[in-house]
Amino acid sequence: MPFIPHTEDDIRAMLEAIGVARIIGVARIDDLFDEIPANLKGGALSRIPPALSEAEIARLMLERAEQDGRYLNFIGAGAYEHHVPAAVWQIVSRGEFYSAYTPYQAEASQGTLQLLYEYQSMMTSLTGLEVSNASLYDGASALAEAVLMAVRAHKTSRRVLVPATVHPAYRRVVKSIVRNQGIEIVELPYCTERGHTLPESLAVHLGQDIAALVIPQPNFFGVLEPVDELTRWAHANQALALALVNPVTLALLSAPGEWGGEGADVAVGDGQPLGIPLSSGGPYFGFMCCKKELVRQMPGRIVGRTVDRDGKPGFTLTLQAREQHIRRSKATSNICTNQGLMVTAATIHMAILGPEGLKRVAEKSHANTMDLLQRLTGISGVKRCFTGPVMHEAVVTLPAPAADVLRALRAQGILGGADLGPHFPELGHAVLVCATETKTEQDLARYAEHLARIAAKRQEAPPCARKTPIKP
Amino acid sequence: MLIFELSRPGRGNFHQAPAKGAGLDDIPQNLMRKSPPRLPEVSEMDAVRHYTRLSQKNFSIDTHFYPLGSCTMKYNPRACNSLAMLPQFLARHPLAPEETGQGFLACLYELQEILKDVTGMAGVSMAPMAGAHGEFAGVAMIRAYHESRGDTARSEIIVPDAAHGTNPATATMCGYKAVEIPTTKEGNVDLAALRAAVGPRTAGLMLTNPSTLGVFEEAIQEVQKIVHDAGGLLYYDGANLNAILGRVKPGDMGFDVIHMNLHKTFSTPHGGGGPGAGPVGVNERLLPFLPLPVVARDKGACRLLVEQDRPQSIGRLSAFLGNPGVLLRAYVYARMLGAEGMRRVADFATLNANYLMAELKKAGFEVAFPMRRASHEFIVTLKAVKEETGVSAMDFAKRLLDYGFHAPTTYFPLLVPECLLIEPTETESKETLDAFVAAMKNILEEARGNPELVKGAPHTTPVRRLDEVKAARELDLAWKQAP
Repeated sequence: MPFIPHTEDDIRAMLEAIGVARIIGVARIDDLFDEIPANLKGGALSRIPPALSEAEIARLMLERAEQDGRYLNFIGAGAYEHHVPAAVWQIVSRGEFYSAYTPYQAEASQGTLQLLYEYQSMMTSLTGLEVSNASLYDGASALAEAVLMAVRAHKTSRRVLVPATVHPAYRRVVKSIVRNQGIEIVELPYCTERGHTLPESLAVHLGQDIAALVIPQPNFFGVLEPVDELTRWAHANQALALALVNPVTLALLSAPGEWGGEGADVAVGDGQPLGIPLSSGGPYFGFMCCKKELVRQMPGRIVGRTVDRDGKPGFTLTLQAREQHIRRSKATSNICTNQGLMVTAATIHMAILGPEGLKRVAEKSHANTMDLLQRLTGISGVKRCFTGPVMHEAVVTLPAPAADVLRALRAQGILGGADLGPHFPELGHAVLVCATETKTEQDLARYAEHLARIAAKRQEAPPCARKTPIKP
Repeated sequence: MLIFELSRPGRGNFHQAPAKGAGLDDIPQNLMRKSPPRLPEVSEMDAVRHYTRLSQKNFSIDTHFYPLGSCTMKYNPRACNSLAMLPQFLARHPLAPEETGQGFLACLYELQEILKDVTGMAGVSMAPMAGAHGEFAGVAMIRAYHESRGDTARSEIIVPDAAHGTNPATATMCGYKAVEIPTTKEGNVDLAALRAAVGPRTAGLMLTNPSTLGVFEEAIQEVQKIVHDAGGLLYYDGANLNAILGRVKPGDMGFDVIHMNLHKTFSTPHGGGGPGAGPVGVNERLLPFLPLPVVARDKGACRLLVEQDRPQSIGRLSAFLGNPGVLLRAYVYARMLGAEGMRRVADFATLNANYLMAELKKAGFEVAFPMRRASHEFIVTLKAVKEETGVSAMDFAKRLLDYGFHAPTTYFPLLVPECLLIEPTETESKETLDAFVAAMKNILEEARGNPELVKGAPHTTPVRRLDEVKAARELDLAWKQAP
């Protein structure tokens, strides 16, 4: 019996101790279910296959993994391929981290609690804000929680401005999470030439009662937003400034806590670039930092340092009066556990990389993307889409439909970027490309060579023409 | 010692990062960072030692019996971890085309089908990333269903007073008012109170069955009828699904929508507080509203259903696919159990709980519902012990740590005074349960003979009881460099 240690003798002795045998005559585990109405019991499990041994499931999983293969990846768009030191996941996989629960019993969870305190310290330093929680589910749901938090803090307004340069999946998640609470999400247009939100475009909202303005940096297109102007605009209009940032780029870019003089009020984002593998989309983790005065509006677990009864320093969950298990329907969120193990990875990752290592990763990722851009835009018909400065990724337009070109690249083992067609049809044949520090010069050259060949072919003979059947 | 206190300027691991010297001339100066973040500067070995030592300060399933009620802390098979972390799975980008992920998607599709079968639901979406996230999706679907029928007067969600705090908090997040109803002294939903509470404002009822009191709701069919007759829907909180896995299907009990905690019932790790996975299952009438994505298989090829396929969906809950790495672990677990193994989960979880309850009763402990059969967990109340000795449930919990056992859940559910909610799970042996009973017996003797010893516990952990008032009043939430 997989993962059940009971022997026949154990079962007999246990049923006897329970007293089942004396009542029924022959002891059976079935009799322990005697309070469940008979007509509800015993539904067939016809679609669940028979058990596999560990060797059999290992073989099946390996076959499936190999079937999927590996590609040379130039897609970013919210999930970034970075080197992760081997030590990170070896420590994360230790049973003491892997198989522990939420640290409710602080004395038996000092490892997890101290690690979370160190994580909070690292994140507050990266974002330049005073407080961090112990994580949320992912970047998109963290943004939704930030919107809810801003509305709670603002008190009069339920309107939040969200630029169209925010990741389209994030915008959809925000909508699905806040829609039932009467919150109005207003989308801000972007400058089609430079690729960022124009502070001038906010003029139509002057004088309106606005709870918050979301400011992505870099934005979904990789373009840098005028964060200082946008933050100042938000504060001048009594709105909170919600920063949406990539934690690795924060090694180079100004911290949200420094934006526009007073600083953004809340910073959120996805922690995946800090040591979390791509894994088809998760698990990742969302981070959230804020100014001290907003801490009681913050959702999620928070760890504090205190002392024990001997005066020895120690760590515990704190400010739990915000949370669902105490406040029930009045809680700041229904969230309880978060993405603890992912935060464990991120903390160890940041400790090993240090400030200089993280900076080098960010610099090299940027340099590789700029190098790739130069190579790609040297190809006839390939252009940079926006003129604004970029960080880590950028949009290029292709001379032929993006889906088609990306398919041809895939046949060569290359994932050439994210097709923007479905979300930004106005941009034409646009692709968002990203080359992190994991890419070598040969990788960049290989991408450019294949794209040049594919683009030339498409320009000569567009795919629709090629599809015409040739009559003998 | 904090990692920051090990830090020395200039120390680092530059073999882990690319070479220096990439230019940033194209970035406007005003957008650049002014001072570097205060991350630790330590050697790789410093970091490895520091975090290995921290790990050793934790209790965990791999090191200790962890009978935390309602959390299902069972063994997390190692194969689930290593097979979910095959390099190809880890390297796949979420936006890589579906053709490059057919092996991965086949696992997800088959897991979805297994979850449908074992819960008796018509459709499953694995988008939610935790139990509470699943609850949100479930109640949002209830809302979308009523709204799609123009039935917009329904503004209340009913929850029993024994429910997890997430239930009323979820109702609020979905724009509903939570209405609590009482529990009878046998631990069932008070049917008279339920009848009085339902009406044209009822959107639905959220129920955990077996409940957090550790007993099966005997009148579930009656409860179901009352709620449905009032036009409400029935939500199954899957927190305790382990108790009935393979034995009873929530769909057969009449539930319209459910969530499952894969980090409980399907043995994916709790990870010190996540990541979990909280798939939702629905019956026919809620199918159109399932959150996206949902995995479909057509002529052998898997694909993710999107907005065009499901225009009435409540939408997306995560940037990509939820927590697929967790889903892979649950898939490996489900395949290793098979149908027969799944049935044994409920059998042996129930056997262990009833055995432990019987032995604790024999040892002189008072259980909260002695007239009832335990499900996979049960409640001991220490009210009389506290009156007699002054030793509380919290003191017992802390003293158990000294005996090398993680504490049961304390002071939940709120309606049983001085309670310990104990869930042994099916993966523990009789010897472990016997050792736990012996420890409880010893502590009871200590409470009577030397109460201060128990009140002062724990004595053997890295720290003793912490000053939580100081933690909340003098907030110290991040390390600051000494000036």
